[in-house]
Amino acid sequence: MAVTLKRTPLFERHVELGARLVPFAGWEMPVRYEGVIPEHRAVRADCGAFDVSHMGQLHVDGPAAQAFLQEMLSNDVDRIGDGEAQYTLLTNELGGIVDDLIVYRFAHGQFLLVVNASNRAVDYEWLKEREPRGVEVRDASDEYALVAVQGPRSLERVGLPAAPAFTHAMGEVDGVEVLVCRTGYTGELGVELCCPADDASALWDAVLERGAVPCGLGARDTLRLEVCYPLHGNDITPETDPISAGLGWACKLDTEFTGVEELRRLKEAGPAAKLVAFVMEEKAVPRQGMPVEGGGRVTSGTHSPMLDVGIGMGYVPAERAAPDMALTIDVRGKPRRARIVKKPIYEREE
Amino acid sequence: MVAAESYPDDLKYHPEHDWARIEGEEAVLGITWFAQDALGELVHFEAPEAGATVSKDGMYGEVESVKAVSDVVAPLSGEVLEVNQKAVEAPETVNQDPYGEGWLVRVRMSDASEVDGLMDVEAYRAHVAEQ
Repeated sequence: MAVTLKRTPLFERHVELGARLVPFAGWEMPVRYEGVIPEHRAVRADCGAFDVSHMGQLHVDGPAAQAFLQEMLSNDVDRIGDGEAQYTLLTNELGGIVDDLIVYRFAHGQFLLVVNASNRAVDYEWLKEREPRGVEVRDASDEYALVAVQGPRSLERVGLPAAPAFTHAMGEVDGVEVLVCRTGYTGELGVELCCPADDASALWDAVLERGAVPCGLGARDTLRLEVCYPLHGNDITPETDPISAGLGWACKLDTEFTGVEELRRLKEAGPAAKLVAFVMEEKAVPRQGMPVEGGGRVTSGTHSPMLDVGIGMGYVPAERAAPDMALTIDVRGKPRRARIVKKPIYEREE
Repeated sequence: MVAAESYPDDLKYHPEHDWARIEGEEAVLGITWFAQDALGELVHFEAPEAGATVSKDGMYGEVESVKAVSDVVAPLSGEVLEVNQKAVEAPETVNQDPYGEGWLVRVRMSDASEVDGLMDVEAYRAHVAEQ
């Protein structure tokens, strides 16, 4: 193996904390420190911190940037103002999902796209090839560190003011200047803090000092799956479309963007398969790629630390995609019963 | 909590990170500290039925953590006499006490000479150090 894995500015911190490091999308990343389950529970109950510096940051600037992004992205970027953010999809000509991302709007026609680590190069090249006059696309991923601080006590822990979800503003955590984004991938209250790579260690130390539990990619995956946030590469891909994936809400079909005609047709006709969430009714852990009896496939699966059962998402024929319908998953040759549930799989009892 | 790293002197070891405690004609089987640490907190033990036949180097069950699933390999051949229900009902027991409360199955050995082919603790420690 001659593959050289990239390391985030917090790599030394992870080693010092005793993390188990694994390769992920070309990066050497912490999958867990203390353990996936205690880290997961810390985020649901209090506050956890994740190094997500492997994610990509693309600047899209210039007088024509907004019009360009409106053509490239599925959601209606005209609806957000300066200081706001939006979940959106980069689509191909067939309406397939090149990536899912969050676009942040700044003053003076400046936009920041935070994209999946595994798609950073693909997204950059996609946009660069189509970049019109009056727009500059720049990959700034290596300049920044990104620390997600998530959980019901996250804002109070890091001493940041309450703010509406999907907004961003400059802020400060114990002397470290950060871009505070009220976004996340856990289903909890939280922020994603973006700072220059050189300030990453100071920010990380401050956040942990304030009581956030360090969390790895393992907990990040179980947290997002409990609340049914799709993972690109698993649940959504360039070969799957947003209508089948239940992401029609992030596609404004009355705007013009790549592949929109296909998506209008698909919405009209209805998709052949739908991405559903399910819970196992027998002891078994569903995994990506397992076949569903009668057609379909698991796209993500794990053991839910909150519900203590196997959970997952997968595509099944549309006529069998309603909540409460029974599924049988082929778990390494053994049929195991599951039941489709409404998304999200886990919701806090208020 | 998760146990501290240890490899008891009185066990025999298989290179796939399984252990056997020989008790006369019977043997108790489980996975080593190294195996449970590599997997993380276990959430499922897919156990064999009592009466099932296991063969040396063959898989007789699966252990799963949140992130991964792994075959459990039999260090010895024999017939399953008993499955540890505690490992089935509360798989995290294997992380907490891999050589005690977290044993997996008890077998009646069909070929006691197989024991000689297993590693002692010194050999296993050296094996772990190479991982």
